[in-house]
Amino acid sequence: MRFTMLPQVIAQLFKKPFTNKFPAKYTPSSTRQFMENVAKGTIHINPPVITPEHFRGKIRYDKEKCIGCKLCLQVCPSEAIEFKEEEKKIKIFLARCTFCAQCNDICPVSCLSMSDEFLLADTNKYSKDLIVE
Amino acid sequence: MNQPTKTTYQLPIGPIHPALKEPVLFEFEIDGEQIIDVRVSLGYVHRGIEWAGRRRNPIQVLYLAERICGICSYCHPMTFALAVERLADIEVPEHAQYVRVIHGELERICSHILWAGVAAHEIGFDSVLFLTWGLREKLLDLTEYLVGNRITKGITMIGGVRRDITPEMHPRIKESLDFIKGQCEKLRRILLEDKTVKMRSQGCGILTKEEALKLGAVGPTARASGVKIDVRLDQSYFAYGDLDFEYITPDILTGRVNGDVYDRIIVRLLEINQSISLIEQCLTQMPPGPIVSEPKITKLLADLKKINNEGIGRMEAPRGEVFHYVKMTANEYIYAWKVRAPTYANIMPWVPMLKNQQIADIPIVAASTDPCMSCTNRVIVIENKKSHSLDKEELHQRSIEKTRRLLT
Repeated sequence: MRFTMLPQVIAQLFKKPFTNKFPAKYTPSSTRQFMENVAKGTIHINPPVITPEHFRGKIRYDKEKCIGCKLCLQVCPSEAIEFKEEEKKIKIFLARCTFCAQCNDICPVSCLSMSDEFLLADTNKYSKDLIVE
Repeated sequence: MNQPTKTTYQLPIGPIHPALKEPVLFEFEIDGEQIIDVRVSLGYVHRGIEWAGRRRNPIQVLYLAERICGICSYCHPMTFALAVERLADIEVPEHAQYVRVIHGELERICSHILWAGVAAHEIGFDSVLFLTWGLREKLLDLTEYLVGNRITKGITMIGGVRRDITPEMHPRIKESLDFIKGQCEKLRRILLEDKTVKMRSQGCGILTKEEALKLGAVGPTARASGVKIDVRLDQSYFAYGDLDFEYITPDILTGRVNGDVYDRIIVRLLEINQSISLIEQCLTQMPPGPIVSEPKITKLLADLKKINNEGIGRMEAPRGEVFHYVKMTANEYIYAWKVRAPTYANIMPWVPMLKNQQIADIPIVAASTDPCMSCTNRVIVIENKKSHSLDKEELHQRSIEKTRRLLT
């Protein structure tokens, strides 16, 4: 056959696009303006595709439960966890985190868990959103 | 005036070049449109991962190994785990072995489908590229459903896996596999029967069986040349011993082996079907049981700390055989770690493949082995320890030599 792909390409013309246009259907002329409007609530972002059940997103840390055993520091592959000596609690730098959830597995009191939050882009790696403590 | 005339000229392609997706430098000796000689030089993306691994314990290295390659994000940590299991004599539960096979084969399907799209893109058949990416999206959705994330699975654990595949998950896996099976049939028809694809790939980039054996080609590249080599069958690991499958060579479909790019397309497309059948076999045969031999990670780490031994791990990655060597010396951190990615063995076969081809065939021939340079670049050799210090006389001598070379 000469053009095997042709029927598929023609069929594709009449199909609905599969792509989910997140966060906006069309690129805004000013990203800053778009973000400000979203913060004000005048426009709404296109919702993202729902994350699966075991998604590994931003770490949640239950500070009350933590016993300061330092086991999570032992297995963290990117050394993203710092131990605060005086408090006997931990501080997680998400800018270094690889989201492997190994610290969740080793925690003896299950004070760490993975949320489904994935919008973590920031210009400052030490910003408040990127440090969990 | 009887000056000798130079009939060939040199054409460097790479390390960064739009036709090649990987940082590798080819120096071609060209006569008209024909390639006379090829020199391949590597070493542009050396990252020192093994050195970084020496400051980490085996569990931390798992996630470092996962980042050796984006597409083989499962086989590298798994091979490392195989090496550690061998040196520490850890028995993996049977259920976990089957789960490991399922994830490995899923990765193979993803990789081969992606490759089929890239190969089509290299010959300018971009509509196939989009078709394959649509297929791959379905598989990534399935991966996401099984492990939580799309690419970096984070499923490897020494002595087993981290997440189970329960019977409730089976219908979803079967549904996705049925979809892929139907679509792959379509993809096979499009790629193998299209006149344009045939014209570009048949008789192009030929690697004979003798040369494949001599140069140590691995994986689909070797199998397309008729060499029956597959780690899954040669050295049974995981649950592959219980499963029914055969070496895939192009003569299964066409009745003969040419060793050209077309044969490599055939082998990869047949392997997609083989992988689907392997996953289906796993789903029916999988016995119930635990997913990891030692659920307490602290105990596992304490046990590994006492071990003074060395071990190897071999596994059939989508591109060929991947090999890891690990040594531990009764220390918290690993003492040595060596990775040999499959592309390393598939570099030398490029030379016979590219000789006597045309310049326009370089991208498709280079892409036909599915190269991955970031995995391959492990060592940088500095010749005689003085490659950075050339003195005046030597430079002058080299200059004279080059002039002579250019004149002849």
